[in-house]
Amino acid sequence: MKLEILGTGCPKCIKLEELTRQAASELGLEAEITKVKDINQIMNYGVMMTPALVVDGVVKVVGKVPSLEDIKKYIK
Amino acid sequence: MANGCCSEGGIKLLYPCSGAADVGELADQAVRKLWKEGFATKTCLAGVGADLSGFVQSAKGADINITVDGCSMACARKCLERIGVKPVSIMLADLGYKKGESPVTEENIDKIASAIKEASSMPLKGKAGDTTSGGGCCS
Repeated sequence: MKLEILGTGCPKCIKLEELTRQAASELGLEAEITKVKDINQIMNYGVMMTPALVVDGVVKVVGKVPSLEDIKKYIK
Repeated sequence: MANGCCSEGGIKLLYPCSGAADVGELADQAVRKLWKEGFATKTCLAGVGADLSGFVQSAKGADINITVDGCSMACARKCLERIGVKPVSIMLADLGYKKGESPVTEENIDKIASAIKEASSMPLKGKAGDTTSGGGCCS
């Protein structure tokens, strides 16, 4: 599973990464988690604001930090 | 261009229908003018129509989505409604612009841009105390 955190480094982007790592760990998932900071790469997803969470190439949430439980639902 | 997550005043996205007729071109040009002015961000209606996840989730995450349709077929508004998003809808037909009789002039573009600004100056949807949603992410 490939998880991408789209964001340029703001506090919410950092929080989303932390929660995503926690969610993957608690679920016991073997996931490759990467941060995407390049604005052109972010725009290639059609994402208009950050942070955003991408799961295996599919954008799941944009512009907010979901709860830990919601993130678990996205990555299950 | 994607909005930075620290944008002030909430995220406003603009979707012109950009239809083939003169009114579609007027909608497109007026939106581009507002985009250049920094009033809001133009995005791709086709991306929503194609069900591309980034565009769909961006619409769902924006504070205000504004559709600008040239005619009463309201293609832009219906694209947003199809994914469960209720936009602020502006129709040029309601402003008196008839298909095939509305030249694409600077005067008309300016008038439509002003009408879009006026129609979309409403409170943002963000909930009080909700620090996880909306555009502001630096707090």
